[in-house]
Amino acid sequence: MARSNRSTPEINAGSMADIAFLLLIFFLVTTTMDVDTGIARKLPPTAEEQEPEDMQGNARNIYEVYVNKADKLLVEENEMDIENLKEDAMKFINNNGKDPSLSDSPEKAIISLVNSRGTSYEMYIAVQNELTAAYNELRNETAITKYNLNYTELSKDKQKEIRKMYPMKISEAPPGEF
Amino acid sequence: MSKFKKNKKGGTPPISTASLPDIVFMLLFFFMVTTVMRETEMLVDNTLPQATEVKKLERKSLVSYIYVGAPRGLNRKQKFGTKEKIQLNDVYANVEDIQAFIAAERESRAEEEIPLLTTSIKADIDVKMGIISDIKEELRKAQSYKINYSTRKELE
Repeated sequence: MARSNRSTPEINAGSMADIAFLLLIFFLVTTTMDVDTGIARKLPPTAEEQEPEDMQGNARNIYEVYVNKADKLLVEENEMDIENLKEDAMKFINNNGKDPSLSDSPEKAIISLVNSRGTSYEMYIAVQNELTAAYNELRNETAITKYNLNYTELSKDKQKEIRKMYPMKISEAPPGEF
Repeated sequence: MSKFKKNKKGGTPPISTASLPDIVFMLLFFFMVTTVMRETEMLVDNTLPQATEVKKLERKSLVSYIYVGAPRGLNRKQKFGTKEKIQLNDVYANVEDIQAFIAAERESRAEEEIPLLTTSIKADIDVKMGIISDIKEELRKAQSYKINYSTRKELE
C-alpha cells in the first residue's frame, strides 16, 4: 500500500518562539502591575441608625483637630504644624489618666476631626495619615513590649487584641465654613 | 581502534533551542494571567496624594472606584471648565448619581460579596474637601461604609 509509506511531514516549529515572543511582548506592554494602596476608613452609619453613646465622651477624652480652608491646623485650641501632630496625638492617646487635660485611657480616646469645605484633599490625607501613623506606632510599640514582635508579624488574634487596646476612633463632623 | 571514538570533532556543540518556546510560553501565561487591562478612560486629572500608612486593596474585583478631579486635558477644560468633577465609570457624574452607581455595583456582584465591597476614592490633590464630604455623605446614604482614600506610597 502506498498510503502506509507516506509519513506526514513534520511541522517546522522554529518560528514558534517568535510567535510566543510577539504575544509575550504584547502582554508585557499592556500589563499593569501597580497595586492599589490607600488609607482605609469606615464611614459611620447615617444619623438615624447611629448608636446614642457614640460621642458621649468626657471632654478630656476628645482630641479636637480642626483644619481650616488655608490648610492650617488647630489642635486642642492651639495652632500646630503637621509634623508635630503624630507625637501630640500619641501623647494624648497613651496618657492613661496621668495628665488631667489628656485622655483617660486609649480605649476612651476619641479623635474628632473637623475640616472646612475649602480644605485641600492633600492636607486632609496628610492629617489622616499622621493620625493613622500615631495609632500604628502605638500598636507596634505594644506588640514589641508584649510579644517582642512587630505588629504586622503577629497572628490575627493577637493583632485583634492589640487593636482592642488601641481602637482607632476618629469621628468626623460635617465640614464647616471657616 | 576503540569502538567508542566516533566522529569526535572539535568545537562546542550547538545549544538546543527546542525548549525556548516552552520557556517563552511560560512567561507568556504568567503575564496573561496577571494582566489587567485598564477598564476606564481617565476623564479627570488624577494625581494622588502621598501617604505612608497605607493598606493594600485586596481583591480588585470587589472595589468600585470614584474618581474626582478637574477635567483632564486642555480640550476638556475649555469645554467643562476647571471646576472639579466626579467620574463614575466612563462618564462625568453628579454627586446625586453616586447612590445609583453603588446600587448598580451591588447588582453586578453575588449577594454574599456585597458586604465586602469597598469604594475607593481616587481624588486629585488639588480637590477641595467640600466635594469629598458630599461624596462621603452619599456613600453613607447608600450604606456603603467601607471606603479607601487612594494614595501613592511615599518615596523615601
